[in-house]
Formats: sequence, C-alpha cells, structure tokens
Amino acid sequence: MTATPEPYDTIECDVLVVGAGGAGMRAAIAASEAGCSVTVVSKSLLGKAHTVMAEGGIAAGIGNVDPEDSWEVHFADTMLGGQLLNNWRMVELYAHEVIDRVLELERWGGIFDRTADGLIMQRAFGAHSWKRLAHVGDRTGLELIRTCQDKMVHTDRVDVRMEYTLTALLKSGDRVCGAFGYNRNTGQFAAFKAGAVVLASGGWGRMYRYTSNSWECSGDGAAMAYQAGADLLDMEFVQFHPTGMIWPPGARGILVTEAVRGEGGLLFNAEGTRFMLDYDPVKKELSSRDVVARSIYKEVQAGRGTPHGGAYLDVRHLGADYVKRKLPSMYEQFHALASIDITQQPMEVGPTIHYTMGGVRVEPETAATTVPGLYAAGEVAGGLHGANRLGGNSLGDILVFGRRAGEAAAEFAKTSGTARVFDDAQIAAEQSDLLQPLGGDSNGAAPSENPYKLHEDLQLAMQDDAGIGRSEESLQRALAAILALRERSTHIRVSGGRALNPGWHTVRDVTNMLVLSEAIVRGAIERRESRGSQWRFDHLDQEVEFGKVNFVTRRGDDGMEVVSVPLTPLPDRLRPLLERSRFYDPAKLPKGYLTETAPVAGTTRKKK
Amino acid sequence: MAVLDQPASSVDAPAENALTASGLTGETLTLRVLKGVPGGEPAEVAYQVPVVTGMVILDAVHYVQHNLDTDLACRWNCKAAKCGSCSAEVNGHPVLLCKTRVDDLPPGPVTVHPLKSFPLIKDLVTDVSRNYEVNREIPPFTAAPDDGTPWRIPQEDIDRIYEFRKCIECFLCQDVCHIIRSHDLSERFYGPRFFVRVASLEMHPKDVLDRREQTREQGGLGYCNITKCCTEVCPEHIHITDNAIIPLKERVADVHWDPVRFVGRMLFGRKED
Repeated sequence: MTATPEPYDTIECDVLVVGAGGAGMRAAIAASEAGCSVTVVSKSLLGKAHTVMAEGGIAAGIGNVDPEDSWEVHFADTMLGGQLLNNWRMVELYAHEVIDRVLELERWGGIFDRTADGLIMQRAFGAHSWKRLAHVGDRTGLELIRTCQDKMVHTDRVDVRMEYTLTALLKSGDRVCGAFGYNRNTGQFAAFKAGAVVLASGGWGRMYRYTSNSWECSGDGAAMAYQAGADLLDMEFVQFHPTGMIWPPGARGILVTEAVRGEGGLLFNAEGTRFMLDYDPVKKELSSRDVVARSIYKEVQAGRGTPHGGAYLDVRHLGADYVKRKLPSMYEQFHALASIDITQQPMEVGPTIHYTMGGVRVEPETAATTVPGLYAAGEVAGGLHGANRLGGNSLGDILVFGRRAGEAAAEFAKTSGTARVFDDAQIAAEQSDLLQPLGGDSNGAAPSENPYKLHEDLQLAMQDDAGIGRSEESLQRALAAILALRERSTHIRVSGGRALNPGWHTVRDVTNMLVLSEAIVRGAIERRESRGSQWRFDHLDQEVEFGKVNFVTRRGDDGMEVVSVPLTPLPDRLRPLLERSRFYDPAKLPKGYLTETAPVAGTTRKKK
Repeated sequence: MAVLDQPASSVDAPAENALTASGLTGETLTLRVLKGVPGGEPAEVAYQVPVVTGMVILDAVHYVQHNLDTDLACRWNCKAAKCGSCSAEVNGHPVLLCKTRVDDLPPGPVTVHPLKSFPLIKDLVTDVSRNYEVNREIPPFTAAPDDGTPWRIPQEDIDRIYEFRKCIECFLCQDVCHIIRSHDLSERFYGPRFFVRVASLEMHPKDVLDRREQTREQGGLGYCNITKCCTEVCPEHIHITDNAIIPLKERVADVHWDPVRFVGRMLFGRKED
C-alpha cells in the first residue's frame, strides 16, 4: 500500500446524496430548497432506481374512500404491523406527514387514480384498517420516481452524477466529510467533498437467491455506514413478500404486487382450498406480509403446493377488463414472461425477498445517524417498520424521511464549519483495496475466485439457512458459510480493466453483502423468538424480553458486535391510538412492554 | 385447522424440492454479442449458453457474465420490464433484453448489439445522456397558483395521460426513430419519448404552460413523418404516434395556422385545449 493516492477527480458540494431513488431525490430537492448545492450520486441511470419496482401505492390516511381513516389509525396499523418494535416517534412523524407528501407529489405533477368525486383514489392493502393506498394502476413507484426526477432536474443547484459507485465514506476526525468511489464507465476514481452526506441507497436483498431486488440492492450505503462506525438497527428483520413469481426459473422472485390481493385476488392451494381463511380469518389474503408468506410456505411444506412449489393467486373472478385496468403491468408481466393470461389462468406465486426492515440507526426528527454529518433515509435506514413493514409504507417512508434528511443535512452543512479535509492515507488504502482484484493472479497458493460464483454461494447459504424460517443450527451454518466466503473473497480476481467492467464492480458488491449478511445472521441468532418477519423454528413464540429491545450492530475492535438496547415504550399520549386499528385485539398484543403485568422494570440485557 | 405449525426439521426454502432444479432444456443457444469500445473495431463474439425454460436474453447475457466473460458490459436493473435499462438490439430489433424470450426467436444464433443511435461506451452499453439533456429543456409541470383545496380531477383525464406516464424511458423509440438513427438531427429533434413527455404535460388538466411553440421550434416536431416505428418498439405499448405525436401536431398546427385561434391567443393569451 502506498500512502500517496493515485490521481482522482474531486467534486465539491454542500450536501452529497448517495442514491437517486425516491428518498435520494426527495432529499436533494429539500437540501437545494434550503439553499445548499447538492450532488446526487447514482449507481445506475436516473429514474431506474428500485423505487420503480414499487407497484401498489403510497399509504396515507387521507380518508378519501373510507372517511374513518386518519393518521392516527395509520399510526396504529403500522405499530401493530411492526410488532411494536418500531421507533414510535418515527411512525408518528411518518403517519402525520405522509398525507402532505402525497398531496405535494400531486402538486408536482404526479398523477393518481381518482374517486367518483375526483379525489385521489385509495385501495385496500394488507393489515391496513381502511382503504389507504394512493395509487395509479400498479405503477405507483414509477409515477413517484418520474415525478421526483422531473422536479429535481428542474431544481437549481442539483448536480446528478449517474453511474458512479461509492465505496467508502471519508471522515475528518469523527465527522463524515464526503465519500470516495469511481465512475463506473471509465473506472476513474472520484472523491466527493461535502458538508454533510445523506445515505439514500436502498436495501440489500441481493444476498438471497430468490429476490425481487435488482443488482443495485447490495447494501452499499449500510455497509459504508457500518465501516464508518455508524450503528445498524434490527438487521435480522428481512421481509419475504408473499407473492413473487416462481416460474419460469429465470423469472423466479420477480414481484407480484400486493395490489393483486388489494383488488380482490384470492390465494388457493393445489387442492383448491382458500387457505388464508384458516391462517387469518379476519384479514384473510390481506393479512400482513409475514403472515401470508409463512402461510404459503406452510402449505407447500404440507404437500399442498402448486407444481412449481407455491400457491395459486387468482383474479379471474374480477373480470378481464377490471384486471387490465387496475393491474396492467401484472397482466403484461405474466403474459410476457410466463405465457400466462391472468384473466384466464391463476398465477403461481411464492415468497420472495423484498425488503430490509433493519438499517442504519437514525434520529427520528433529523434522520441523523450516530456519526456526525451522516444522515440516512428510506430503506437504508432502520426503525420505522419494526419487525415487519406494511405494504405502501415504503413509498411514504422515502418521501417523509427523504425530505427530513435533506433538510437536516443542509442545516448541518451550513452551520458546522468547513471541516472537509481528506485523509490521503484513507484514500490511498481504499484505492489499493479496490484495485487488488485487477492484479492478475491470486496471492500464490489459493486459486483465484470468481466474484459471481462467490455471490451465488452466498445467495444459497442465506436462502437455505437464514431465510423465511430459521433455527440456531441453520443460522450457525449460515454464519460459518459467510465467514468462509469472506476468506475466499480476498482471493477474488477479475479479468479486464477498469472501464465498465461488471466483474470488477461485482467485487465490492459482494464484500458489502458479506458484511450485511453477517449482521442479519448475528441479529437473528440473538433474537431467540419468532416475531414479525423473524420466524425461528426453535423459538416459535414471542418473548416479552425481546419485545422490549432493539438489536444494534456495530463495528467493534474484534469484529462485529451485536448489543441489545432498550426501546422507548410508547408514551401515554399515543397508547390509546393503538385501539383505533380495526385489527387491535387486547388479547393478541405483541408481547413486550405493553403486555407485562408489572411496570416496566428496565432491561435485563447488557446495554451499551 | 389443517395447518402445520412446525414444518419438518428441514429449513430449506419452500419450493426447493418442487422446483425442477434448473429448468434446463438440454438445448444450447449461440449468443453472438457485439463487443467493443469507442475507437475500436467492435466484433461479434460467440458464446454457447445452455437454454433454460422461459429464458430471456438477459438471462443468457448473465450466464455469459457469470461463467464465460466477467468483463462483458450490459446495463440492467429490475429484470422485470419496469425500469427500461436493458435496451439493446436483438437480431436487429430494438428490445428490452429482460422481456425477450429465447423461445420467441427463430432457431439459430441470436445476435445482441448495442443501441445503434447512441454513442458506444462499451459492449452493449451506450451513452444515452442526450435524452436527459432534452428532458431538462422541456419546461416542467406548472400548476396554477395553489388555492389549498384538494384537487378534483375526473378519472377520464387521468386515463388520457396515464398511457404517457407508463413510459419507462428505455429509449427504444429514440433508437429506432430514423430522424435520430439515420439523419443525425438529434440536436434539433426531441424524439418520440419527449413528444410523449410533452403530451403528458400539455394534456395534464392542471398544467398551465404552453409548450407547443417550443415543441415545434426546438423540438423539431415537424420532422416526424409518422412512420410509427416508435410505436412498434414500445415495450409499454404506448400509442406514441397516434395518441401523443399526432395530437401534438394538430395542436401545434392550431396555434400556428388557425387565424381565429391566433387572434384569440393574442387577445387572451390563454392556453387552448
């Protein structure tokens, strides 16, 4: 390693936004409106971020269709859906503000389907008490991203850098002062010097084999934050969306929107039984995602699966015209990829990895992480969704907390001085690490590793042993596999040069995913209970003890540390709101601080 | 209730056993990919790819990347025809690689080339930045001053522009349009995607700007001689020519040539519909 870095481009701005999905663009708009110069860095082209994959809608308690709805009921549904592990203050801010964010989107030119009165239409979704999702057909994410994109590119002081990969946050003392990476097309190194950095880089579902996530979802932002010393929160919670395509093989994992069930689609097993009536007689097909995903899994395990190992999702009774109007992209998707006309034949579906509830730990009001100058919003951040996210709460999340993060980062950049001095040694080390895989043969003894093969091996380990159902035994197996893969990853070698070399790009994707996989598995081992998306075959029930803590993952002197921190119970002013949910049942409250008979007596686990 | 509370000791993914492990058909596809960099001599390289049931060309390209040539450059993202990243030309036709099935193509070798109308970056990846510049030139959505009340818009008005809002910016229409492809008029011609964009703004019931003159002058709307090539390649089945370009041409003709409307415009300065 040399202490003098090789030449790199330097780009300066007040606020650096990492990621150009909905959260990143909303943050950029907010920071610019606060008077800051903003640079948005995107791994792919503008408008392609994973936000486009969100289909069903934006949850907001506007009450246009069901006047009984309100932010309070939305708050209650979100807390109960998250099994009360959510940061209640984030949920409160979110449920309040998402209404304004939806109306704002409309003011920016975004379109929504309408009610008979011409108001924004809202549809039913899993575990939402009322019809709540503002939507346009089944392409709401595309509408959101295009609207924010057009708003952002016509906003002053926003510079967009497409097809750059960022690999490390740069620090000046304790404070983040920028980020380092490279231009994907040329391989040229670049350093972004900034007063504050907003991570809006999305989730990390690519470490699983069957996923609705694109190649971008390798968790770069969370991994960089971890390396920079930030806390990660509740990493064990990974959402299986109940309905992904399962056939043909190449299409396996592609999302089938929850809007299919929201519009009245029904689930059947191979025997023709509508099994959700047994698993959740109240919410049925529109139960929360964790419940529906597990129900399909159980049906398949019991030998009642479809030919390709899933369940049937049927919309034929809704009528062909209605299906084509409300679910046009689903009609097209099955027609093109599976040669199935969903107005004539049922769809075959099964669980697919969809969303990571865990993420960088943030302050509710500002989206500030535990590292000064670093903010995080959207899927990369943790806390809002608790143990399970409700559908429609992600598009709302990115708007509400994207805006908050952008504003807070702008404020920090303007008021905290100009400590933007790069550490050449850090940059030189990063360059050396990035260039190593291009260096010809592996270090002598060990054979060279192919980054794609390593990725595939990681996906198998995570899918099999840290997937929808887990046990101590399987998780220990996954952990051993991850540590072995980490060792192998030091021997990765790729051919070709630095200009647009996908093999080279995949190297850091894989090492980032290894870090986050370890965090998922270590968290899942510690959480010896079943709650939300975490289903432990060896601990089938919820435990009061675990309903009172969040797990924080951070980088320690001897590697990764997982510690439990007591969560702040709901304040008295908000507790009564839970009863506003249509699904509130005092006998079935998530176990934790609300179900203890004695007053909360403080945590019994170590605290840091 | 016939529910298995605790599955058998296995924690395998639910469908592992049922899934025909790989779906291999036993057939082999010859994929001829044009590889190259600017200034070089791009050349087709042939790869042999085992065919899987329902395989799309993007799957085949991924097989090559993972197993045969980790350096092969190709843009992609969602792999579900929703982001418009993996545009390329398969057997000479502009398509999304993620939506083009091997079993829909004639038997024999399949060629995969980059979009021809855009400058090459590497292999299947081209420089589409001009499109983003055009988008910045088009004045954004602009509503009348806000009176603070919820907007009431009839569903029919949404239906009319929803078709345009389906655009995933794959730029296949820009690629196939002969004004861009053959005549290199891209500096004076917005292209089909951006006529769709203008149409979505002009027909938005709450937008108050008038972009017709600009669309004619800077956008070069008149160059389009409605050959409908753009409509044919649109993966979202947007009727680009019939529903966006022709109505725009009519509106531009109205504003430009109709004397009554011309006077009306001078007197009232209002956007007409």
